[in-house]
Amino acid sequence: MSEPHLTPSFVSRKSFIELDGRARAQSLLDKGTGTELVGPFDRVESPWLPIQGIAPQADDGCIVIKGRIADKPAVVVSLEGAFQGGSIGEVSGAKITAALDLATRDSQAGRPTAAVLLLETGGVRLQEANLGLVAVAEVIASILELRQHAPVITVVAGTVGCFGGMSLAAGVSSYVVMTREARLGLNGPEVIEQESGVEEFDASDRALIWAIHGGEQRVSMGLADALVQDSIDKIAAAVCKYVLAGKPTQHRSEQIELYRERIASLDTSQQINPLALREQWTTVESKGGVR
Amino acid sequence: MEKIEFDYPAVRRRINKRAHVGVVGSGDMEVLMEPSTTEGAHVSITTSVNGFGETWKAVFDRFFTKFDGAVSIQINDAGATPGSVLLRLEQAVEVLEQ
Repeated sequence: MSEPHLTPSFVSRKSFIELDGRARAQSLLDKGTGTELVGPFDRVESPWLPIQGIAPQADDGCIVIKGRIADKPAVVVSLEGAFQGGSIGEVSGAKITAALDLATRDSQAGRPTAAVLLLETGGVRLQEANLGLVAVAEVIASILELRQHAPVITVVAGTVGCFGGMSLAAGVSSYVVMTREARLGLNGPEVIEQESGVEEFDASDRALIWAIHGGEQRVSMGLADALVQDSIDKIAAAVCKYVLAGKPTQHRSEQIELYRERIASLDTSQQINPLALREQWTTVESKGGVR
Repeated sequence: MEKIEFDYPAVRRRINKRAHVGVVGSGDMEVLMEPSTTEGAHVSITTSVNGFGETWKAVFDRFFTKFDGAVSIQINDAGATPGSVLLRLEQAVEVLEQ
């Protein structure tokens, strides 16, 4: 029974999803090159959570590690999905923005520095309301600045997924890497059900959710670039590939006419079928549409 | 939310490393362990679950019967059970003594 050749490689893989936020970031950097910026011992915690009776986290659920990937300068920003759903508050937002801005500064000084965003997040932290919204705006502005000089690579590995304001950050990234377990969307399933009713979207229907928000669908629709297995090696290889590729000639979010046409040609008189949409959108030439 | 503090003045062995383990996720907690700046060991807990001061005391009394390092411990807790607390503390000690 225990003959090694009978064990499929998927079983013996080193899972990326099972790592916490810090270990995820470290696993993508070249060995021994990482330096954490504003780490837990700097104790820059959210000042707003304790006021509302919630225990804060010493790094505010946002881990920033500067180092090298494929021997090129890079900074990895990792959101800890287990802490407050990876939500963005004043502190975590400021950390992401500062990391991106420093990468831009280095890039402008002749050291192109790629940014890797590991997004496991429900979006803005409701307890920090407006500060979180401002943070999302700042993060997007900083990504738009950096992506002119160096690639901004978003990885959505799961299992939290990437929703809310931070899905916009994924949207303006140079490249998006997803696993089959990951989900990416503006409004999360629970939010859609709560706002529009269970007839509109049944948040307990996992097959429906993954058919719409899941990694396979997103990559097939060309809204993400690579579908990879939940494995440290495979995710690291995908990130390496995009770091070496540099910034794309045209970002997805710059293809305004393409997406305007696609959306205009949708028939909203009937329920759109995810599979049909996949076929419809991949017929138009788009990067990442076919894996 | 509740803040709880304990002192263990009898603990003397110097420690020169620091350790951070855990996540403030449901049923879990994070520990920051670093060399104490004063005499003895000091524990400071921020927990989102109120009313378990005596349980925390019992956990640390037991922990300091086995561990003699003069550390300053900060815990952010989101409802870890006493068993998980001890495991996280032991994990932090393992990092300290690597």
